[in-house]
Amino acid sequence: MAAISREEVAHLARLSRLAVTEEELDTFAGQLDVILQAVAQVGEVAAADIPPTSHSVPLTNVFREDVVTPCLTPQEALSGAPDSEDQRFRVPRILSEDVAS
Amino acid sequence: MTTTLPAYDEVVARYEPVIGLETHVELGTNTKMWCGCPTDFGGEPNTRVCPVCLGLPGSLPVANKAAIEAIIRIGLALNCSIAQWCRFARKNYFYPDMPKNFQISQYDEPICVDGYLDVEVGGETVRIEIERVHLEEDTGKTLHVGGATGRIHGATESLVDYNRAGIPLVEIVTKPVVGTGALAPDVAKAYVAELRDVIRTLGVSDVRMEEGSLRCDVNTSLNLPGQEWGTRTETKNVNSLRSVERAVRSEMLRQASVLEAGGRITQETRHFHEDTGDTTPGRSKETATDYRYFPEPDLVPVAPDPAWVAELKAALPELPRVHRRRLQQQWGLSDLDMQSVLNAGAVELIEATVAAGTTPAAARKWWLGELSRRANESGVELADIGATPAQVAELQGLVDAGKLNDKMARTVLEGVVDGEGSPTEIMTSRGLEVVSDTGALTAAVDEAIAANPGIADKIRSGKVAAAGALVGAVMKTTRGQADAKTVRELILERLGVQG
Repeated sequence: MAAISREEVAHLARLSRLAVTEEELDTFAGQLDVILQAVAQVGEVAAADIPPTSHSVPLTNVFREDVVTPCLTPQEALSGAPDSEDQRFRVPRILSEDVAS
Repeated sequence: MTTTLPAYDEVVARYEPVIGLETHVELGTNTKMWCGCPTDFGGEPNTRVCPVCLGLPGSLPVANKAAIEAIIRIGLALNCSIAQWCRFARKNYFYPDMPKNFQISQYDEPICVDGYLDVEVGGETVRIEIERVHLEEDTGKTLHVGGATGRIHGATESLVDYNRAGIPLVEIVTKPVVGTGALAPDVAKAYVAELRDVIRTLGVSDVRMEEGSLRCDVNTSLNLPGQEWGTRTETKNVNSLRSVERAVRSEMLRQASVLEAGGRITQETRHFHEDTGDTTPGRSKETATDYRYFPEPDLVPVAPDPAWVAELKAALPELPRVHRRRLQQQWGLSDLDMQSVLNAGAVELIEATVAAGTTPAAARKWWLGELSRRANESGVELADIGATPAQVAELQGLVDAGKLNDKMARTVLEGVVDGEGSPTEIMTSRGLEVVSDTGALTAAVDEAIAANPGIADKIRSGKVAAAGALVGAVMKTTRGQADAKTVRELILERLGVQG
């Protein structure tokens, strides 16, 4: 059984705004499946006494103090932007998608 | 739609509302959530940004300790349990208000869970259950250009300012609130007001709805008694306490009219419009985004030391409900009177006025009287009316000193609200002052007696009540700026009659 379906890949492509052709869907679904199957092997060695983790080092509570540090200048901030206007990043409009929060 | 809305009374007689509130609070930390960029309001576009909050490759976020402390204190004040271990999560979506293409938020491991907040509505206490309080980052501001209206529909491009991106944002989510019936809009407003007061008391945010540091989304649904809850809508863009109430009410009316016509409610986001008090449909939730949450790999888990949490809990300030009860005793108010002070949003204003030296009774009189009337007329919150507690205290001081009578004080207060200056300045500029110089007053009295010999004779013969006519004459010559009682005494004295 495949670890990821062709439909799931199509869905992810839609969410990522990637134009993927039908042929590419077949290719990527196959490739991603190989990757996921390989990663899934980790599950085979994971025993009940090994909890799932999102970090390779067992650290907690890494904080910084609430102290202001220097910012970039607007020129620096915008230097890598493909386009800008009025000291703002200029991007194509995005419709039909929620904004966060 | 041109359907006539049903009467509110009929709606609540037939349906039961269920409401839920999601409130976002921008924390007042010095710096952003994951980097040291400053957070102050305003500022030229993209002047408060760095590689971290711009999501540049190779940059790494580090959590702001002050923000973690602030959210734990909020959770404790809302009677929540504080997680012993929790993580941040990436919320992925395709929109340019976050330069990383995701927002760092919390998903299934919020830092605070299962709390409550008691609010007072109509003399009763309603317990609002809190589901979760979690920490995330605010988004940048997008400006839509290219279209005629400045709105996203019709726009061809967006201009983005990331100054706000990354400011710590606390999201407070209630459990569904049931059984409030006709009071649902008032309960919603009272909850947001109480939450705002709690957070302000904690000193972790300036919680200003008009500046967006407190933002509220309101979920509303209707169901027939005994039946399952109806489909809910989520109303966004609710930017004042008054709007919270109006949004719930208008959504209840709208949903009822749809249901009465045999229609069904679509699960969707709706936008509230301050000018009309209506909501219009936004994105439909049936096509809701798949956010693909996963644990944020660039941040380590947060595991607050129980000793630290206990310390923060012990150091919580007196919370508004307790504080109000103490004030109510000090001011000698009944529950009902205190409720009207609370409803008017006048607790802090009266408290500050009293602190500036006014008696509680006088402070309450001005804030609940003239000033509340003006606030209602112009549809603004009492706190934004334009008069400060210090000015009200100054005004009452002038009354107490006998410089202004009640009528003049009202006129001066109008001037204060209209931005003409301080009470003393307005008193001077408008030439309002009680004529207390007895020389001038005696002259005016003698003049009135001389001009009305018939009335004077009547008074001399013992018809003291006739003095009213002379008082009126003196008030006229002094343009209302004399104290009527003093004038009357002076008239009787000049005519040699006992009062």
